Amino acid sequence: MRYLPLSGDDRQQMLEKIGAKSVDDLFVDIPASVLNPDIDLPDHKSEMQVERYLGAMARQNIAASDGPFFLGAGAYKHHVPASVDHLIQRGEFLTAYTPYQPEIAQGSLQTVFEFQSQVAALTGMDVANASMYDGSTGCAEAVLMARRVTRRNKALIAGSVHPHYRAVTETTTQFTDDDIVGLEAIPADPNAELQAVINAVDDQTSCVVIQNPGVCGHILDLSELAETCHAHKALMVVVVTEAYSFGAVKSPGEMGADIVVGEGQSIGNGLNFGGPYVGLFATRQKYVRNMPGRLCGETVDADGNRGFVLTLSTREQHIRREKATSNICTNAGLCALAFTIHMTLMGEKGLKALAMTNHERTCKLRDALASVDGVTVLNKHFFNELAVTLPMNANDVVETLAGQGILAGVPGGRLFGASQSNLLLVAATECTTDEDIDALVSGLKGALS
Amino acid sequence: MSMNTQGRPTGVEAITPAGDDIESYSGHRGLRLAEPLIHELGDDTTTGVDVPDVPAFENALGGLARDGEIGAPGLSEPQTVRHYTRLSRYNYGIDMGLFPLGSCTMKHNPRLNEKMARLPGFGDIHPLQPQSTVQGAIRLVGELSHWIMTLTGMPAVAMSPKAGAHGELCGVMAIRAALEARGDARSVILVPDSAHGTNPATAAFCGYKVKSVPGKSDGRVDVDTMKAALDENVAGVMITNPNTCGLFERDIIEIADAIHANGSFFYCDGANFNAIVGKARPGDLGVDAMHLNLHKTFSTPHGGGGPGSGPVIFSQALAPFAPVPHFKEVDGSWVIDENGEETETFGRLTAFHGQMGMYVRALSYMLSHGADGLKQASEDAVLNANYILASLDDLFSASFDGPCMHEALFDDRFLKDTGVTTLDFAKAMIDEGYHPMTMYFPLVVHGAMLVEPTESESKASLDQFITSMRGLASEAIAGKTERFAGAPYFAPMKRLDETRAARKPVLRYTAPEIISEVAE
Repeated sequence: MRYLPLSGDDRQQMLEKIGAKSVDDLFVDIPASVLNPDIDLPDHKSEMQVERYLGAMARQNIAASDGPFFLGAGAYKHHVPASVDHLIQRGEFLTAYTPYQPEIAQGSLQTVFEFQSQVAALTGMDVANASMYDGSTGCAEAVLMARRVTRRNKALIAGSVHPHYRAVTETTTQFTDDDIVGLEAIPADPNAELQAVINAVDDQTSCVVIQNPGVCGHILDLSELAETCHAHKALMVVVVTEAYSFGAVKSPGEMGADIVVGEGQSIGNGLNFGGPYVGLFATRQKYVRNMPGRLCGETVDADGNRGFVLTLSTREQHIRREKATSNICTNAGLCALAFTIHMTLMGEKGLKALAMTNHERTCKLRDALASVDGVTVLNKHFFNELAVTLPMNANDVVETLAGQGILAGVPGGRLFGASQSNLLLVAATECTTDEDIDALVSGLKGALS
Repeated sequence: MSMNTQGRPTGVEAITPAGDDIESYSGHRGLRLAEPLIHELGDDTTTGVDVPDVPAFENALGGLARDGEIGAPGLSEPQTVRHYTRLSRYNYGIDMGLFPLGSCTMKHNPRLNEKMARLPGFGDIHPLQPQSTVQGAIRLVGELSHWIMTLTGMPAVAMSPKAGAHGELCGVMAIRAALEARGDARSVILVPDSAHGTNPATAAFCGYKVKSVPGKSDGRVDVDTMKAALDENVAGVMITNPNTCGLFERDIIEIADAIHANGSFFYCDGANFNAIVGKARPGDLGVDAMHLNLHKTFSTPHGGGGPGSGPVIFSQALAPFAPVPHFKEVDGSWVIDENGEETETFGRLTAFHGQMGMYVRALSYMLSHGADGLKQASEDAVLNANYILASLDDLFSASFDGPCMHEALFDDRFLKDTGVTTLDFAKAMIDEGYHPMTMYFPLVVHGAMLVEPTESESKASLDQFITSMRGLASEAIAGKTERFAGAPYFAPMKRLDETRAARKPVLRYTAPEIISEVAE
């Protein structure tokens, strides 16, 4: 019981002070019939025993760093500098609560202000909030926010949007009067996919949700779509699942986005089997009061010194209750801190350089894959992710290569269902070596022969 | 004066203490190091990471390259480490002292949990890897689910919700899906007036009308009022138990029976589960859905506002509607079912599988404590709260009769006519070296002070806290209000102007030259 400081004597003295005979006197309000049930679980373990037990479980998994690795589709393997993880484990950050008492939470608040500033700059938007749970829940919140702004309820979801993001948005809005119209994914023809979105916008549309780079890796100029949206007084919501792309690809803000939602995992955060991640959420100044989530703002203290506080909380559930803009309470504080520290370490210079490294690695991967008989690369313009078609079921190929220690990518069937079972999504980052690419190519040649 | 052999004075007798009026040349105040924003320290040519040489290549960005300045300054590694280390020192955390923030369960965060979550087999695996390569990870979620279901006495759990409020959404959606499946269109969710703000916000999010139910004078839900409010329009009732007044709802089984007899569902807000782990199971109390905050009860760190994790346990009636993914063991293999085609799932609440990093930490905590330790932890949490209640009762105004559960609720009656508000009192606690308790919540008492010490405190720590609290209360009651009016005095910053922040929001850094351009 290494986490419990009270001794038996302490407990006895405290019960005496309270005037209770036993600790169960304090539980008198629990009906006796249900008090102290038998719990069929093992008793306590030492630190060493727990390490052995969980360590054995961890070793049953193949880690991304164990060999050639090409998975992306919304979660990416990047190198995170050691200092990031050291700093977020400082107890003052790790064990703090939401900064409700700003006089003793300036560490959290100032880093949130830096985070908001970085996210606004990266996305090319005016303001960003203190983070959402992740990109997918942020996507659903963006649709709800667009409804509040436009007072319309029809949202169009482009085929380029990650199928999980689409599913989360549909699930989250199924009991509201929102009408979510999902458009077809056309992995081989991103321009046709975009044109279908442009054609679908009308005067009932609240927003268009489009992902760039798309889930199949294509990058597109969204300026025409933005113009179409604005001509119909609809909002353009741009989803970005690979934050490194902000260093290489024209920002959503520059293309006319009204709301940008993103997954920030790439910067500062590990893969973690899907979570915790950090949702990025940015918008135009004029919509700030319709935003969900926490916001940190600048102010001064009684001595006139600059400081930061949580602000505009009249949008939030603890003040507005059923009239709040969202029910969100917790955000992704520590993951946002990791993002901020890693982003500070990179700076504009490092991010741009690493983003170009990602792109160069992916160009190399494209050339290598194109040389494999039966493999067709579908992308002309991309950042660090490609969609390729195989002459057979991609899931089988991925399983075969996993047996050789090569994690080859995400099979289309897993995300899109049987209609895309021959599709394979592959990503390369600064972690991808020439040897990794060679291994993938020779593995594919073997599997396809 | 005593001297060492080099003539250096080693005593303090001759030093006359000067006041706070000494200005430093640096802006620092000893260990309190002033720290600007990164935007004021860094620039667009500095970086703290390795920048690889990229060979010449033809890009495939299709004319969409980002050419302009981004506006994200960089720092070298030493500068970065120093910047965030300095900023960290402006924060209060559990690691520094007692953090009695009611309803938030600020317990010790074991570092073993952090170590386990960072094992490459957990921290460095992709959510869409072939399931054959992540058998240990799926098994971990399966084992955690087993612990959760056993501790709560419930037949099902949905692991994916990202936080408590997300769990509430999950629970209320399952209720709505179950009602729609039986063709029962109900429109109202009942919420006691002591509820967390997330409860009514969640119900509204799911398209329900929220009806508030007043509590009774002992701080609990009134069975008769509740029964009277139950009609054919009530889809569900959201009750926090133990409730936000720090009390166990004595009549919970009778209330649950009434809810079920009405064809409605019972959502329990599990924010306060830390009081009853191993002592009572929600499954024995008639609960249909309840979220657990892994970041409260099961020791995963709060991290300055997340990440949380809010698994939701379900009764047999709601289990078929649980969101995907589902984790299960089939013929000796662990499987993630991402579509739930054989169930009536209401859908997907998040990309991928939820908060794996938090699952590892929570299971590490559960294994460490074991069934015996988890029960002891709850008993200690409740004992600590009652010890504080008993030690402050004569000076403070306890809102309701004890015993309490794991938190003690006071209101501001004891400060009546002193000129000291709950806010002032809280800020004076900062000068005593404590994070204040939760204040002005729950809304059912005036000037609420909700104190939750958790099981992590030693008796000596509690005694010191009690001494501070009694001292402050005595001064306030005696009319000595100086230390309250301007508090905090000893914090890194004086009281911050929240009104100003909201009136003209400044939400990001803007370079001074841009601000002056706009002004012109």
